[in-house]
Amino acid sequence: MNSSSILFALDALTGALFLLTAIGVVATRQVLASLQLFILQSVLLTLSAVLLGFAQGSIHLFAVAAITIATKTLLIPWLLRHTVSAEVYRTREIERVLNIPSSLLIAAVLIVLAYVVANPLLGAVSVPFAQINLPLGIAAMFLGTFTIVVRREAVPQLLGLLAVENGVFFAGVAIVPSLPVIAELAAAVDVPVLALVIGMLTRRIHVRLGTTSVGQLASLRDC
Amino acid sequence: MIERIVYNLIQVAVVVGFAPLVEGVTTRLKEILQSKRGPSIFQPYRDIWKLLHKDEIVSEHSSWIFRAAPYVAFAAPVFCALLIPVLTRYPLFFAFMGDMLGVGFVLALGGFFTTLAAVDTANPYGPMGASRTRMVGFLAEPAFIMVFLTISFVAGSTIPYIVQTRWVTPIANFFEPSHILLLIAFLMLILAEDGRIPVDSPSGQFELAMIDRSKSLEYSGRGAALLKWASAMKFFVLLVVFLNVVVTPWGLAQGKDLGEVLLAIPLVLFKMFCFVLALVCIESSLAKLRLFRITEFIGAAFVISVIAVITQLSQI
Repeated sequence: MNSSSILFALDALTGALFLLTAIGVVATRQVLASLQLFILQSVLLTLSAVLLGFAQGSIHLFAVAAITIATKTLLIPWLLRHTVSAEVYRTREIERVLNIPSSLLIAAVLIVLAYVVANPLLGAVSVPFAQINLPLGIAAMFLGTFTIVVRREAVPQLLGLLAVENGVFFAGVAIVPSLPVIAELAAAVDVPVLALVIGMLTRRIHVRLGTTSVGQLASLRDC
Repeated sequence: MIERIVYNLIQVAVVVGFAPLVEGVTTRLKEILQSKRGPSIFQPYRDIWKLLHKDEIVSEHSSWIFRAAPYVAFAAPVFCALLIPVLTRYPLFFAFMGDMLGVGFVLALGGFFTTLAAVDTANPYGPMGASRTRMVGFLAEPAFIMVFLTISFVAGSTIPYIVQTRWVTPIANFFEPSHILLLIAFLMLILAEDGRIPVDSPSGQFELAMIDRSKSLEYSGRGAALLKWASAMKFFVLLVVFLNVVVTPWGLAQGKDLGEVLLAIPLVLFKMFCFVLALVCIESSLAKLRLFRITEFIGAAFVISVIAVITQLSQI
């Protein structure tokens, strides 16, 4: 067994766990637990980038890994913990549009859909790792979008958005191994600012309304 | 020929003999982790011995099912021990009689009879626990089917001796995503099936909250001893299927020597000890789920096994 097939197997394992954390972000009840799952997902993304960097000898992927670690596992969680009040993280029951078993089943359907969507695209990519990363990245994007749809709390919705971003990167590291560093840097600046803005907004909502169930904020009121 | 029959009987003896020990170790470890001292690890043996010497009281309104159920429940795991790889990597004399699905059916037969017996006495707690057990059971069933489907799909067989070799030849197969996901899903199912903590509390004494344990409340004397022993053996058999078939065949005897087969006993028990240690950590760090949250727990196991199938399909 040569080293590239071991890297391939390890990348597959990382991808499976990555998908598992995406499902966890959809299904967990506690806000804090979904934040921790997001951190774990980012760590797995880093791991995949490092593995692909080794396999393809690409320095860009190590840059991606470094940027991911710095922003997604350290900076964003720190920002979210400090802008949003601690009370939000103590909430246990997240009000949801669908109950957990049915959202899990829909998540499973979405994963199958991601494979169906990714299948014609795979022919266009020559990198073997894309076989793992592209469908799983698309699946993570779907699951992130689904998280935004199915959840009503502000912080988990933001985490869904960030999971979409993680999914894009997970697919991206395999398709474009030499993505210009400038694009990564742009994302690295963009996403924490996004987290910061939404975090501040959530804090204001929480102060004004005493809740962060933004799903209930459906109509405008002039006062 | 003769030696394969003998080894098969040794296998059964190991399951019958060491099952209460595994239960005792589990209880003791859990107490230690919770900063208590806990009973001796041989306490289940003493309990069984004590119960065997007590009078048995059977309600006059109960039928033959109530009297037969402990024997069926006791026989089911013993029969399973003939089929599964407890100590050896090669099939023994009686192994041709059934595969993993067979083991599942035989274990389910024991569960079925204890459920019927719980309903039989018309004790209010028994039928409640029985119906709850069935609820957990029918929720876990699709997930079990998915897990076994994936296992047999990956290995191309439902025979445990072929499956266990598939995971480690070559060793990279062990790290296959479908394998790791199957491990997670199967672990969750074992927790549900054996009434461990996120689903049911095995040491709980409160009848209204019981799921699995309230079925045997009505038994005394020999029936209670047999049922206690049977539940310990069922746990042992599930652990053997999990550790020796789904995880790895490490530590099992490869050769035909008697010494090698006997050496496998401590190795398998050590594997179980490691697993029980992990189980105790899981049990001590989680809270028991409310009854209607169990669907979420088992639903998660089901989705994980579905992902295992999908990753396996996309690999090829």
